[in-house]
Amino acid sequence: MLNKIRKMTDTGLLLTITIVVFFLMYASAVIFLGSGFGKPQAFFNILNDNAALIVLSCGLTIVMIGGGIDISVGGVTALVCMCCAVYLEYHGGNVAVSILIALGIGLAYGLVQGFLVAMLDIQPFIVSLAGMFFARGMTTIVNTDPFNVTHSAFKALKETRIIIPFMGSLNRKGNYVDAYIEIGVVVALLCVLVLFCILRWTSLGRAFYAVGGNKQSALMLGINVRKVKYLSHIFCSVLAGIGGYVYFMHSGSGSPTHAEGAEMQAIAASIIGGTMLTGGVGNIIGTLFGVLSLSTIRNIVSSAGFDEAWWKNNTVAGMLCLFLVIQSIVVSRKKSAAK
Amino acid sequence: MNKQKKSFVSELLHNQMIIPIAAILLLVIFNLISDPSFFAIKLTHNNLGNPILSGNLISVIDFGSELAILAIGMTLVTAASGGQDISVGAGVAIAGSLIFKILRGNENTPAELHAPIILAFLAACLAGMACGAFNGVLVAIFKIQPMVATLILFTAGRSIASWINMNANIVINDQTFAIFGGFIPGIPVPTPVFIAILCIIVAFLVLKFTNLGLYTQAVGINESSSRLNGLNTTLIKWVTFVILGLCVAVVSLIKVSRTGQLNYNGIAKNIEMDAILAVALGGNALSGGKFNLGASILGAYAIQFLTTTLLKLKISSEALPAYKAVVVILLVVISAPTVREKLSRMANKMKSKKS
Repeated sequence: MLNKIRKMTDTGLLLTITIVVFFLMYASAVIFLGSGFGKPQAFFNILNDNAALIVLSCGLTIVMIGGGIDISVGGVTALVCMCCAVYLEYHGGNVAVSILIALGIGLAYGLVQGFLVAMLDIQPFIVSLAGMFFARGMTTIVNTDPFNVTHSAFKALKETRIIIPFMGSLNRKGNYVDAYIEIGVVVALLCVLVLFCILRWTSLGRAFYAVGGNKQSALMLGINVRKVKYLSHIFCSVLAGIGGYVYFMHSGSGSPTHAEGAEMQAIAASIIGGTMLTGGVGNIIGTLFGVLSLSTIRNIVSSAGFDEAWWKNNTVAGMLCLFLVIQSIVVSRKKSAAK
Repeated sequence: MNKQKKSFVSELLHNQMIIPIAAILLLVIFNLISDPSFFAIKLTHNNLGNPILSGNLISVIDFGSELAILAIGMTLVTAASGGQDISVGAGVAIAGSLIFKILRGNENTPAELHAPIILAFLAACLAGMACGAFNGVLVAIFKIQPMVATLILFTAGRSIASWINMNANIVINDQTFAIFGGFIPGIPVPTPVFIAILCIIVAFLVLKFTNLGLYTQAVGINESSSRLNGLNTTLIKWVTFVILGLCVAVVSLIKVSRTGQLNYNGIAKNIEMDAILAVALGGNALSGGKFNLGASILGAYAIQFLTTTLLKLKISSEALPAYKAVVVILLVVISAPTVREKLSRMANKMKSKKS
């Protein structure tokens, strides 16, 4: 058994840790914290609340596999929400154009940040830190106050529920209530599926791993390292645009404080899911489980009676810290094995 | 003669100090053109009857002093680890919250202080150093990238700060306590300036009489070779983070004393951005290695000059980060090696065309 663990690759080991942690946590929540967690809808609610985070985390996973990082995703989410909200509410626009706005903001961010990182060799952290502050500042320039969107077509889209058959449960009065998910969840799962296929079966996906793992050898294999890095940042920012719209569909409002700290949650989810900060190691499925673990533990903490706002942040920070240390140990294990 | 002049110019251009000085000069010229009244300094009396100086320039050196203190620590961290600490704002919140916790006793608006200020300040120093030590352990021992390691406190720090005081709304109205962020009776220059000067002197003395500066640069330039030369690289990296924690504690005392109340989410907001900007504007490589402390400190005042100018132009404080982000990007683009190479190649071409 121990031998088997030693022989596992980093990706496999980290992914296994994540999935085991998630199932253990969910099972203990069902056992110790009562029936609320046992209902299928409890699980679907986790998905509904975190669809945007799943999309953002996928983007970060891609960029981190490519050896970079992006902390502007939270800011981009807030900017997308605010721009779409202002467009729909004050300019009476239609929903299709607002989706294009979201994608456009994401693409513009990706083009600029990718250029600075890939072509000018500037540290991705500095670039995206500036990007984060720029997005937050722009959000308040677009509109200072938070407000709800009352646009009818958008509201219809926001309140669309997709019923999952056979998974409903009886409520307190004994009536049957259908289990449902929101459109955002479908978008998020679609993103996960598409990215999984890209990473696994296309040459571009393998190039991300190669560049993140070892730039020098990737260059010698004939991979255009700059182009691949550029693409990884474009992927991340476009996904931040999509994630921003999903967030917008879930919250239905624009506010400068939207998605505050989302960048850390997304990074934490990716790291919990087994993506290495050093690049070259990672898995989209792991990221999905990372988001689920993160939100499960948040739900556990709040239903265990610690529902003040500060516990939420501290739990996420604690999880991030724990898994960073685990990764660090895995890396040193690999190094000592190589010796 | 011509050759000598050229070497003098190139020497001047290669001196790091030139960047922040040029930035300050640019801002001075801009303000002279747009509104000369920017430079007016008035001598007034505050409500206690003490003479105080007021004006935009005074607020630059007043608020710039906080930044200068942070820039000292941030420069060392940048030089040793090749990354920046983005948790300084959160660290200020934690240390400031602790100062209030000790001074207030159990009341929200205490009539008198429940503990000597020095005790509260020492506790804040410990808290700041603990934050720094935590970041330092993650960076130095677990070898996590500094910015990701400090991201933990960046997000959790303000939550911890509000947890320390259970989110209480505290107001401390005490004249002695207000000195640190205001004015010493009888002296019209803001106190933070003196605190900053004191910190700068201490920093320069430490750098002059210990090997800290040399070792920090050695670790930043090549970690494995300095380890092979017998330096304890882990300890040196860790120490720079603890020093930054100390700087954070000093800034937190100034910050909470200035307002006399605590806004857990608003205190020292976006200050990490300014501190990093100060280091970058000082011409220090953000990827570590050699550093120039004086340039960073000048950079800090230049940044505050920029902030004051932007505020004077009626730009709301929430929108400020957007403008500063543009400045950061411009700075890093100009200092990027690839861009420099291209620029020097262009300059060479022009020279060869001329001849």
